Amino acid sequence: MIWEVFRQEREGQPFQHGGSLEAPNLEFAEAYAVEFYGRRAESVALWIVPRDAVREIDDPYVADVFDRDYRRVDGYSLKVKLKEARDRAGTA
Amino acid sequence: MTAQAPPEAAVETVLAFADDELVLGWRDSEWTGIAPFLEEDVAFSSIAQGEIGHARALYELAAGVLGGDADSLAFDRDPEEYHCAPFVELPLTGDWAATIARHWLYETADAIRVAALMESDWHELAGLAAKMDREEAYHRMHARMWMERLKGNEQFEAACARLWPYALGVLEPGQRSALAQAVGREEVEAVERGSHADGFAALHEEMTMVRRSVPGAAW
Repeated sequence: MIWEVFRQEREGQPFQHGGSLEAPNLEFAEAYAVEFYGRRAESVALWIVPRDAVREIDDPYVADVFDRDYRRVDGYSLKVKLKEARDRAGTA
Repeated sequence: MTAQAPPEAAVETVLAFADDELVLGWRDSEWTGIAPFLEEDVAFSSIAQGEIGHARALYELAAGVLGGDADSLAFDRDPEEYHCAPFVELPLTGDWAATIARHWLYETADAIRVAALMESDWHELAGLAAKMDREEAYHRMHARMWMERLKGNEQFEAACARLWPYALGVLEPGQRSALAQAVGREEVEAVERGSHADGFAALHEEMTMVRRSVPGAAW
């Protein structure tokens, strides 16, 4: 059985995927997670999740069929606007 | 801190304990690379290393009284000067069920021994035992989870029965009934310290080979 391990490096930080491990049950998975991701005080907390419980979404892209690129950050040409603003302020 | 030297018996106990940890760590390390699966390979190797680390700390403590250093106590003595229990010397590599049986019996015995040493009048020893206990907690958890998994398995049960008299020999006579109770077995005649199991000579030969190759070298 494959388990995915997520680790938190410091309190308040987001959990990040650390890696995966093979273990026959939850007890073994806990022991091995501690061994691989906790022994050297590199994590303050660990999450372990059976790989089967992780649902993968193959196609997370929602197509933009209409021209509404103002919804996206990259819809604005910030570079140009910034340059114009700096020119006006005389700081360029 | 006591100003006077610790009693000779306490130093003997520490040395025998160090020998147990060194030799068991050495035996367990024979599994590195060949354990049943990769995760266990890493975990068991790490436990083996933990035992050797404990041996080092105990040898250092003994060396403070006896002279020399941890290395000279660990590697420069003759085979008959080692006081480890024959239990830890048995070559079990290749037999996972027996290895786990020994691991579980040893860790259970060790918990009793360490708890007693934490009460020692020799303050450095009591402190060291408390420090070791924190790491042994992981060893005990690992041993227990494997015991639970193999419990009822014919090979594992046979190994526990065969190793039981050896396991008793790790502890002093007064501590043995606690071990019997903890593992659910009847106390029997123990295989005592003082003689070595078959295979110890070869183990000692290999363990000390590099040190002996250049006597007195500073590494």
